[in-house]
Amino acid sequence: MALSYTVESPSPGFNFENSTRNVVFEALLNEGKSKAPSPLKTGTTIAGVVCKDGVVLGADTRATSSEVVADKMCAKIHHIAPNIYCCGAGTAADTKQMTDLLASNLSIFTMNSGRNPRVVMAMQILQDMLFRYRGQIGANLILGGVDCTGNHLYTVGPYGDMDKVQYLAMGSGDLAAMGILEDGFKPSMELESAKKLVRDAIHSGIMSDLGSGNNIDICVITRQGVDYIRPYEESAYKDK
Amino acid sequence: MAASVAVAGAQHLSSVSDLVPDWARQEVSTGTTIMAVEFDGGVVIGADSRTTTGAYIANRVTDKLTPIHDRIFCCRSGSAADTQAIADAVTYQLGFHSIELDEPPLVRTAANLFKEMCYRYREELMAGIIVAGWDKRRGGQVYTVPMGGMLVRQPVSVGGSGSSYVYGFVDSNYRSGMSKEECLRFVAEALTLAMERDGSSGGVARLAVITEEGLERRVILGNELPKFFSA
Repeated sequence: MALSYTVESPSPGFNFENSTRNVVFEALLNEGKSKAPSPLKTGTTIAGVVCKDGVVLGADTRATSSEVVADKMCAKIHHIAPNIYCCGAGTAADTKQMTDLLASNLSIFTMNSGRNPRVVMAMQILQDMLFRYRGQIGANLILGGVDCTGNHLYTVGPYGDMDKVQYLAMGSGDLAAMGILEDGFKPSMELESAKKLVRDAIHSGIMSDLGSGNNIDICVITRQGVDYIRPYEESAYKDK
Repeated sequence: MAASVAVAGAQHLSSVSDLVPDWARQEVSTGTTIMAVEFDGGVVIGADSRTTTGAYIANRVTDKLTPIHDRIFCCRSGSAADTQAIADAVTYQLGFHSIELDEPPLVRTAANLFKEMCYRYREELMAGIIVAGWDKRRGGQVYTVPMGGMLVRQPVSVGGSGSSYVYGFVDSNYRSGMSKEECLRFVAEALTLAMERDGSSGGVARLAVITEEGLERRVILGNELPKFFSA
């Protein structure tokens, strides 16, 4: 990195370098007679919303291995603690391991201290672990839960960056889902509206992203308890 | 086995990279504008609120003004993960130090802790930090710790990718001996100008005033920012 003393700022704005490369490639391919293949997207749509009474998390259920759907009923909302759940996007193995490690750590903490874990604690542990591995663990996580301090929603990225937010979408379908969330979110929503909003966001991700599909799972966390509805809505194209 | 997403670092021309959208691969960066000004009795600090992953805005209401201690804040620019981790580590170290001393820590100490970490790990980290606060010995102070790990005290300091666009404005408009309100307006105007020109800066302008009495935070929403000529 910086070997001489220069302040290196990341280059701002949009990067159109690949447009010229694509033109060259297309010209090369069969002397311009065939088009270059369009980019394949893989992954997930996960979303979370903080509402008046708790937190609503949602996810699609498709797991892909390149162009093949490897699992049509994959569970992407992981249990961390009775009051904390985590949606994972990215490498399935990485998200599963991270969430399992986190869950074990927090249950040991609960047994040691006799206290219920707080969402901020789960976030701190995740952030610490992911930062240590410098981005090699491909886990994009949405952490949501209800504890004595309130209803919380956090996101933790593979490099260990975190954001505390009121609503969020992650995964390859996140742009589509974010559009729905940006349009429909209001602070302190009612539970039913929040469930509908999350369902609409995941549905939008499923419709607009190749890597997301099949069913929609919803997890509702409130002070009274957790309602893990799996599936909340089944795909219209499910085989009979 | 589900497909993978994170390919750390540079782009490759192989087919694997086609499967992943460009912005999903990039590290989250606070391409940003941060600023701090000393005045008699305290400091005024400010930042924009945009966090980007490549060309996608991951968070449009980020808070880049991070408390390190009761009267000491830091403004973060560069990699979001790196700066959050550094700020957490320094918060811990400073808190420990303050308890040992049984008195509030000096801003100089906080700045030094940042410098130690940023210089020691300069090859691995991408972090440009402005440390600002108030202590009893020297009053309001601003220290800048840019990438590479330099430490220098300045009466006014700007940082981040948007800072390049406002050096002229800052140099020509800064006067020593400004009041708190004048400093607030100065910072708000500089942030606005930077956010207008820099694609990686934007959103709302977050300001904070740190004095002996305490802390005052303000948010200026996009439509309430000062108006300038726009072509």
